[in-house]
Amino acid sequence: MKKAILLALMMVLSFTFSAHAGETFNLLTWKGYAPTELIKKFEAETGYTVKVTYSNNEEMIAKLRATRGAGFDLAQPSQDRISSVQKKYSIYQPMDYSQIKSALFIPSMLNAVKRNTAVENNSYAVPFCWGTSGLIVNTAKAPGATDYTALISEKYKGRVSYRLKRPTLIAMAFAMGKDPFALYGSPTEYKKLMNKVADELIKAKPIVKNYWTNGDALLQSMRSGEVTVAMAWDNGGWKLHAENKDIDFIAPASGALGWIDTFAIPAKAKNTKAAYAWINFIMRPENAAMFTNKEKYATAAVGVAKFLDKAVADNFSRSFSEDTIDNIKWYPPVPAHIEAIEGKLLDKIKAAN
Amino acid sequence: MTAFTKKKSLLFWLFLAPVIGWLGLLIIIPHIDLLIMSLKAENDMGDLVWSTANYMEFFREPIYWVTFVRTALYSVITTVVTLMISFPIAFYIAKVASNKLRGAYVILLLLPFWVSELVRVYGWMILLRESGVLNFFLLKLGIITTPIEMLYNDATMIMGLVYSSMLFMVVPLISVMESLDDSLVEASFDLGGGVISTTWNIIIPHAKPGITSGCIVVFMLSLGNYLTPNLMGGKNSLWFTEQIYNQFIASFNWNQGAAFGFLLLLLSSLIIWFGLKVTKQTLGKVVA
Repeated sequence: MKKAILLALMMVLSFTFSAHAGETFNLLTWKGYAPTELIKKFEAETGYTVKVTYSNNEEMIAKLRATRGAGFDLAQPSQDRISSVQKKYSIYQPMDYSQIKSALFIPSMLNAVKRNTAVENNSYAVPFCWGTSGLIVNTAKAPGATDYTALISEKYKGRVSYRLKRPTLIAMAFAMGKDPFALYGSPTEYKKLMNKVADELIKAKPIVKNYWTNGDALLQSMRSGEVTVAMAWDNGGWKLHAENKDIDFIAPASGALGWIDTFAIPAKAKNTKAAYAWINFIMRPENAAMFTNKEKYATAAVGVAKFLDKAVADNFSRSFSEDTIDNIKWYPPVPAHIEAIEGKLLDKIKAAN
Repeated sequence: MTAFTKKKSLLFWLFLAPVIGWLGLLIIIPHIDLLIMSLKAENDMGDLVWSTANYMEFFREPIYWVTFVRTALYSVITTVVTLMISFPIAFYIAKVASNKLRGAYVILLLLPFWVSELVRVYGWMILLRESGVLNFFLLKLGIITTPIEMLYNDATMIMGLVYSSMLFMVVPLISVMESLDDSLVEASFDLGGGVISTTWNIIIPHAKPGITSGCIVVFMLSLGNYLTPNLMGGKNSLWFTEQIYNQFIASFNWNQGAAFGFLLLLLSSLIIWFGLKVTKQTLGKVVA
């Protein structure tokens, strides 16, 4: 009998040994945003079990909308896709900034995200990482590709790949010398501009090899030389540069598109404590640097410089000169209805022959 | 009612309960929800009101119905090609192969379906891509000098669809041909019939129910496929299911997506009904 009690006691003790043993933490994020090493470290530190679901902006919103904000404790949408979605579907809960160690963040970036994700009196997100969309070019096989227009240029026929998603439309609009962000306020003007962009992309259909949907698959076809010019995220180009010096990320002449991905807490998150713990954990300089070293995305955390690999810092200075940084077009919050306009045009482009 | 029949009917309902639960909870209730959703649209004020606008949109906007027609047409082509390939295979397995080998052949047919569709499609992509296995050998053998892109066209996509739905044609054909009396075929030959006339007058009429049920399954599977057209068809292959996905995910317009879902259900049922009428069959006979 005594033995049994002792055994039971030991079992209880072993369960309570780490603070949150047995509690799960559900993270809805992008591929690469939760490196295994960091998950293991976080689990060891706090005792939570981390469950990660990979997604993208559109699917994140759809998933949370379907459950009215349940099922996940933390999501990582881009900062421009939060306020209008929140107004319409209320899928997030206000961020409690007192639970965030704000000293960990780059102040200007934290403030920008706070401002851009504000709905009424609350803000809904803190920044996690940032980067740009631009061109990944195999300079040996496709010299002279310096702007988005290369994507529709006869010169690179059959060697071009891009996503059939809204950034491509916006990039092409910039390449045509227009500023689509300035037209966010007037849907009719925006529609006119986007119609023109769609016509260009339909005309250029024989040039594109495929519309990529999976980042790894794109990198694979760039490695094999099947694709020599692609529109993609900067970190992909830098990853390839480490393997092949001919391939690199190029900030296009009409401006790279700058995005910031965030942390936002779904409305019906069960374990907000874990969510805040994860944010404060992954933004610690050494952890943020580990993420940047591995995935090459730039982090929104401060004090990471001393932990960064030299190659990672070199990437940035190689691809971005002083004035290309000033030329980055940062996504402003997306107003409602714009997505429907773009959705229809994207269908039209894909259906065209 | 005697105690026994009472017990029996209780047992009947007990066994039926999972089926009713399944149908009700997972099919009927969600579909009612979708139907309601499809009949609502945003007015100019941004409020949701009852409207048939979502359905009208399908007929008004050429991209949508053209995509549907394309999807349906390619599904029909897929079904016909699958039937033409499967028919001799099924006949061989059911009638020509020895009893011992028959099981082995069926297993061989089943084997690829033990891995998921995604893996099989990726397998095809590895074979056919520009830097893929097939191009490698063609280059090595000197048949071609520059690699050919074999992915991302309609022919490849149809091949993929045929490959992934073949089993669903072969299995009903085998089972229906097994019941064909060999002496009928022999009699046909004795009376001077050739291969073609025997196939046309004896085998096909006998196999009709199997052909129809196989065709229905393959047609529906192709029409509702998402993976194969998307991955193998590439840039030119907008499939109707993808448009539903886009409405839900990219445009956040669930109401439109729901309407498309219902239109897919209705129109595909209509096509099947039409097919049954043309071949003078009834659904009851095909299923039995």
